[in-house]
Amino acid sequence: MSTVTSSTPPTPAVPSPSPPSSATGAPARTARIALLRWWPLALFGVLAVLPYGTVRVPGLLDGPVGSPGSLQLLALCLVFGGLATSYDLLLGRTGLLSFGHALYFAAGLYFTDLAMLEWRLPLASAALVGIGGAAVLSVLLGAVSLRVTGIGFAMVTLAFAQAGAILVQRNPGGVTGGEEGRAAPSDLLPGSLIGIENTPNLYWIALAYLALTLAVVHWTSSSPTGRVWAGIRENERRVEVLGLRPYGFKLVALAVAGTLAGVGGVVYLLLTGGATPQAAGSDTTLSLLVMVVLGGSGTRWGPVLGGVLYTWAAHRLGDLANSSAIADLPGVLRVPLSQPLFLLGSLFVGVVYLLPGGLAKLSSRWRPIRGGLTA
Amino acid sequence: MTSEALLSARGLRVVIDGLHILHGVDLDVAPTGVTALLGRNGAGKTTTVKAVMGLVPRTGDIRFAGRDVGRLPTHAVVRQGIGYAPEDRGVFAGLTVAENLRLAERDADPAYPFVYELFPELRSRGRQLAGTLSGGQQQMLAIGRTLLNANRLIVADEPTKGLAPKIVAEVADVLARVAERVPVLLVEQNLALVRRVAGTCTVLADGRTAHQGDAAELLADEEAARRLLGVGGGHPVAASSIATAAPAVAAASAATATATATKEAP
Amino acid sequence: MATVVLLACTGLGLGALYFLIASGLSLIFGLMDVLNLAHGALLSVGAYATWWGAAQAGLNYWLALAFGTAFGTVAAVVLELVLIRPLYTRPRDQILATVGVGLAVPALLMGIWGGDARPFPQPESLAGTVHIAGAAVPVNRFVLIGAAALVLVALRLFLARTRYGLIVRAGVEDRAMVTALGVDVRKAFTLVFAIGGAAAALGGGLAALYFGSVNPGQGANLLIFAFVVVVMGGMGSVAGAAAAAVAVGLVQQFANYYTADGLGDLAVVALLAVLVLARPRELTGRLA
Ligand SMILES: Nc1ncnc2c1ncn2[C@@H]1O[C@H](COP(=O)(O)OP(=O)(O)O)[C@@H](O)[C@H]1O
Ligand SMILES: [Mg+2]
Repeated sequence: MSTVTSSTPPTPAVPSPSPPSSATGAPARTARIALLRWWPLALFGVLAVLPYGTVRVPGLLDGPVGSPGSLQLLALCLVFGGLATSYDLLLGRTGLLSFGHALYFAAGLYFTDLAMLEWRLPLASAALVGIGGAAVLSVLLGAVSLRVTGIGFAMVTLAFAQAGAILVQRNPGGVTGGEEGRAAPSDLLPGSLIGIENTPNLYWIALAYLALTLAVVHWTSSSPTGRVWAGIRENERRVEVLGLRPYGFKLVALAVAGTLAGVGGVVYLLLTGGATPQAAGSDTTLSLLVMVVLGGSGTRWGPVLGGVLYTWAAHRLGDLANSSAIADLPGVLRVPLSQPLFLLGSLFVGVVYLLPGGLAKLSSRWRPIRGGLTA
Repeated sequence: MTSEALLSARGLRVVIDGLHILHGVDLDVAPTGVTALLGRNGAGKTTTVKAVMGLVPRTGDIRFAGRDVGRLPTHAVVRQGIGYAPEDRGVFAGLTVAENLRLAERDADPAYPFVYELFPELRSRGRQLAGTLSGGQQQMLAIGRTLLNANRLIVADEPTKGLAPKIVAEVADVLARVAERVPVLLVEQNLALVRRVAGTCTVLADGRTAHQGDAAELLADEEAARRLLGVGGGHPVAASSIATAAPAVAAASAATATATATKEAP
Repeated sequence: MATVVLLACTGLGLGALYFLIASGLSLIFGLMDVLNLAHGALLSVGAYATWWGAAQAGLNYWLALAFGTAFGTVAAVVLELVLIRPLYTRPRDQILATVGVGLAVPALLMGIWGGDARPFPQPESLAGTVHIAGAAVPVNRFVLIGAAALVLVALRLFLARTRYGLIVRAGVEDRAMVTALGVDVRKAFTLVFAIGGAAAALGGGLAALYFGSVNPGQGANLLIFAFVVVVMGGMGSVAGAAAAAVAVGLVQQFANYYTADGLGDLAVVALLAVLVLARPRELTGRLA
């Protein structure tokens, strides 16, 4: 078990019962192989029972694991793990450098919120509107932006995303609430999703969202379409030579990823109780990019790892910045340490430089060593 | 031959985007005259030349005039004294003819007189955008660029590709004249032209060296020529029959080139 | 009429800013295939350095602007030498590295001078207005337009008359072929980065004058419209960037005034979408 968790997000609650069973022999090895195969299920099992955890992890989380504050942060980490995974469907699986992913996340977030606020739809219907809106938007804008390739595509998606961010911020007709955003109407939300005592429910929804994105990305990438995506990522010309039109396949990737991001927007809405314009900003897309690259683009667990670590670090570094430990430091140290984005941006540059392939690559480098130790 | 080769490559391998394109090419370029690099379409001739120039990632041993150039970046390889006229001519369409030439200047006194003597049109069309030149004129420009500097080797990748027969003959004349001064590595599909100018040759097949030897001997051996180059009919190898397997234009140009050769023969 | 003149001058002023950012971006992209997401950070560095010179060190505006431009140029060269050049064989990682810098630099500025906008001292000589056709147009609009015009002319001369300009123009067409002529293009890379950084930092110092304040997010906001300009103008084309910058600035100002505030920004993106749909091929243009 201990050999397994080192390549996955830090799960502080895991009591990590590192078994000193150095029993060699066939049955033990088979058991280990089975464990290696099924560890994701075990991990999700452990994650699912976290709300019942009473363990404290000083430094990593403020309260006990099962406390609402910790669960809220963990849930955010899981949502961004899922969002990063959906983004990597474009970047890592299809080789598309899109700077517009936050737009579909924000679309799911705002459309759902506004469908409840303006049309008085119940949550389930509003969520369908939100997800459907994100899906339609990703197809429409994807159809346009895919007309240009390479860096042109990156720039056009960035422009579209920025248009969305401006639209949200300018508060057309008082609908989006401008800078303040708009809180979700509590009378339309089910009682089981409101209130601090129901944080575990939200946490489980976030966990389910992560599982959903992982499943969809895994399933689509191993489908025939997914193999064409891999071909496009490696060498688009070769796909054309085979008589396939990459355009349609790329559009499908954008639609799937955009829809997943829309679902993430709905989950985020429930988790934070409202929609704010930061979600639509270009910083959000750039953060997703950082998460994916940090964790390891094109791998199954890398984006999750990156999303969880980044989100956790951004929050904890924010707390750290406001702590007295930092405030008392001399300016040369205080200024950079008080800016989470500075630290994360620098860390990112470091990873790009020194660790191409991200943290996931690191774990695969360690695997042989570990294997040697445990075998 | 190996010991005196001007350029020699051993075990040249190229992998692009996970595709293995060259799996071990050996190549020797003679210190004088024209060395031909032959092979069917897709055999890896262009990739071999690009690997020598450092334009594609390569592994293997490449020595030029006794120096290891296998790890040098492209500009450093060129500065060893290699002039390169690539397959697609590599002319800058948005620059004028004069600017194209000026960009290629490396020596303190570039050999403009020689270039303009060979290609008077490059002087008269100096202010014209290179993109508006005809294919033949662009080829002259590409070759002219390699002659500006005191190079020790000229590499020309299919300089007659897509040209009209009359122009092919002109290019052939130029190559023959150039080869009197500088050794040339010539990639060519036009076997009549090869027969006329080349001394030795290397034949590639599927990314490997399939044959090295005397060019005339190879072309005279009908069976070998067919096996290695996919050409040759049921007749003793003559210029016309060599060209029968090639497209019509090449056939016509082959005939013209031979005609020129015959005419020039003393 | 007066409104139209004022809007036109303001739109041209804004277009001038876009051009200053976009010209460098366009050259860097055209020559090196690097989408420099740190370009907004270079603008912010220039803006803060100019502000520091004018507000803290007490320099007059022109000296402060020269200082800010020089500072931004040095920052750009350091960025190229330290971060971009070692990643030469990994084009996507080059872009990613600039993403990191684009996130880190504004955060650092925020850490040093706070997240709120800092008022920029308006120099006496540039504080007035000029009357044209009944409109009172602030002088700083003309400073921006004049600076952008100067940069345009200087860039065109550099590209047309110098050996490095020749290398840049050829490199935008076919970089590999330039190296195959024995030219070490890495020097041209550093030079283009320096030029782009100088233009962006100059834009930063002028933006401070135009907006009357500096804030850490300014560069990133302008950068996005500069991207639109680069795509519209044809990547690698300085003249194209100039034309597109004027179009974007004017469309934005007029649409913002005559329709709802904010619609102008959307109109620009809509214009981009139409262009992408109508002529996708031509958007990867040549240097002109
Ligand atoms: N950049 C590339 N990507 C993929 N395949 C390539 C690339 N360059 C060359 N090839 C392939 O490698 C083989 C050899 O090409 P080339 O060297 O151009 O052959 P030749 O010049 O002998 O006709 C061909 O099958 C070609 O399709
Ligand atoms: Mg070829």
